[in-house]
Amino acid sequence: MNIYVLVKQVPATDKVKIDESTGTMKREEVEAVINPLDLYAIETSLQIKEMYEGKTSITAISMGPPKAEEVLKEAISMGCDRGILLSDRAFAGADTWATSYTIGKLIKRLEPFSLIITGERATDGETGQVGPSLAGQLDLPIVTYTSRILEINDSYAILERETEEGTETLKMKLPGVISVTKAIGEPRLPTLKGKIKARNTKIEIFDLEKLGVTNEEVGLLGSLTRVVKVFYPKISRTGRRIKVKDPEEAVSYIIEFLQERGIL
Amino acid sequence: MSREVVILGEVRKGKIHSVTYELLAWGKDLSDKLKTRLSALILGYNLGDLEEVIYYGADKVYYLEHPRLDNFNPEVYAEVLVPFIKEIAPDIILAGATTTGRTIMPYLAGKLKAGLTADCTSLDIEEETGLLLQTRPAIGGNVLATIKTPSSKPQMATVRPKGKKPLERDTNRTGEIKIIKPSIDLNSRIERINFKPREEEVSLVDAEVVISGGKGLKDPRNISLLFDISKLIDSSAVGASRAIVDMGWIEYPHQVGLSGKTVNPKVYIAFGISGAVQHLAGMMNSESIIAINKDPEAPIFQVADLGIVGDALEILSTLKRKLEERKNNV
Ligand SMILES: Cc1cc2nc3c(=O)[nH]c(=O)nc-3n(C[C@H](O)[C@H](O)[C@H](O)COP(=O)(O)OP(=O)(O)OC[C@H]3O[C@@H](n4cnc5c(N)ncnc54)[C@H](O)[C@@H]3O)c2cc1C
Ligand SMILES: Nc1ncnc2c1ncn2[C@@H]1O[C@H](COP(=O)(O)O)[C@@H](O)[C@H]1O
Repeated sequence: MNIYVLVKQVPATDKVKIDESTGTMKREEVEAVINPLDLYAIETSLQIKEMYEGKTSITAISMGPPKAEEVLKEAISMGCDRGILLSDRAFAGADTWATSYTIGKLIKRLEPFSLIITGERATDGETGQVGPSLAGQLDLPIVTYTSRILEINDSYAILERETEEGTETLKMKLPGVISVTKAIGEPRLPTLKGKIKARNTKIEIFDLEKLGVTNEEVGLLGSLTRVVKVFYPKISRTGRRIKVKDPEEAVSYIIEFLQERGIL
Repeated sequence: MSREVVILGEVRKGKIHSVTYELLAWGKDLSDKLKTRLSALILGYNLGDLEEVIYYGADKVYYLEHPRLDNFNPEVYAEVLVPFIKEIAPDIILAGATTTGRTIMPYLAGKLKAGLTADCTSLDIEEETGLLLQTRPAIGGNVLATIKTPSSKPQMATVRPKGKKPLERDTNRTGEIKIIKPSIDLNSRIERINFKPREEEVSLVDAEVVISGGKGLKDPRNISLLFDISKLIDSSAVGASRAIVDMGWIEYPHQVGLSGKTVNPKVYIAFGISGAVQHLAGMMNSESIIAINKDPEAPIFQVADLGIVGDALEILSTLKRKLEERKNNV
């Protein structure tokens, strides 16, 4: 079974520092990491490899600058077999439609597959749109917010999905797309063997020409949305901090606060 | 060509869900500015209440009815919606940033080749062009971006639930309800074989009050206090920091933050949570925040409207007692 896992490199938001005087983010200090939620997508593919009876090949795919090769190496060190990077200046500035389009073009050129797995959302764009948009463009079925894989074989997968109302059990014919949540299970750590493999595995690069698309189809030009303004919200809280003499006093503040807002 | 603003309503447990009414309030602002009609698209089976959609602001309701639309399936929804959207060619389509909206909207946008902006917190119309201006937070709420869809139609956006209050319900409002019975040929590749409803009354993302706990609660046995208090406050739910989810004190669906849920209730109450950026990312946009922490330097206080320096456990048990007393007095 062939599985494609989509992983993105993002700024390390846990390292983001806020300049307290302006309430803005200090961008220059940010390093790039693998999207934390994509670790769960990788974990899912490795769980499937363990469950599935036959042979499984897992390919991690990323689109980004050459540096994004790092996240593919990380995927291989965790147990993925192969890494492909879509990288070209022309891909820059892609919105979710153009990102899905470019990744879709690549997938159509690769070997047939059973499953495409994405993270729930990327922590930079935070849209969670790439998986469903890709499924729409490739006319594949999709299950989002997947929390468990119950069964998988060559023709279908049985999955659990979490919604506001509860947990659905769904049977999806393959090939298909899933996006997974953290509930899938803690991602495993890279192994020493994996790290050595990552070091020795060459990441395959697809640029505009190799992908066989034109400038206009991808990146900023191929995008349907445009960012027209970026601004930094000021943290506008009162920051009222009260030292209380006893819990009773604290509770009276809380109750008053809730009453003022019509809760109690 | 007549322009149209369309909202995609949501049906849960066979009833029109309140997100639908919030969406009408969002849509009304836009349709007023564009001087166009505001329509609601409702997919379901055997629904009553369609008048309600008019009372809350719709000029027209398209009710697409079929047994197979009884619960959400992205493939079946798309089979019905893609041709329908092409036919009515609306200017704008809005949906809630719920598990349904966040799935069907990008799936449709992929098929329609339409631009889509996720999780907007504010929407406006650009005067000169009549284009939709979509503002949304990114990078854990550290940045706001305004986004336009200049050349493709429809302009699609999802908006955060609870981001706006529904309009005043007005039973004098009139409008048209158009019932459409689509034929569904598709043998969906996705089939629902079981469903287990959530046990809690209110889901975390829908709650008006979130009562959250962190490592400051000291012992897994204290978590029940959060649930006890939640039972005493209407429309509330229990949240948690990752630290206590990782330690197994509470289940993952309760986790708030970067790798958990994003919530924006009227009041978020954090008991013994330090306020790491990853936690803040999931709750910073709450309407108001109360923080209780014994460390006066805890970063959570930077985002709090009411910060109480004190012992979370003592305050929790006292709060529980007071709320019980209040309940017994009425
Ligand atoms: C990639 C990544 C993603 C993450 N995602 C999330 C996420 O989604 N959600 C999340 O929450 N975290 C997330 N984290 C973890 C986050 O960095 C913090 O570790 C976590 O939020 C800390 O939880 P806490 O506040 O409960 O614990 P602590 O940081 O240990 O804080 C406990 C607090 O309780 C206070 N306290 C102690 N005793 C008492 C008492 N008796 N009364 C009152 N106060 C008391 C202490 O002063 C302290 O401030 C993520 C981390 C990473 C690296
Ligand atoms: N540039 C990219 N390269 C590879 N995968 C991506 C990229 N952007 C998004 N994805 C995948 O799509 C998911 C959702 O991303 P997003 O829609 O940006 O929130 C991520 O968790 C990834 O699995």
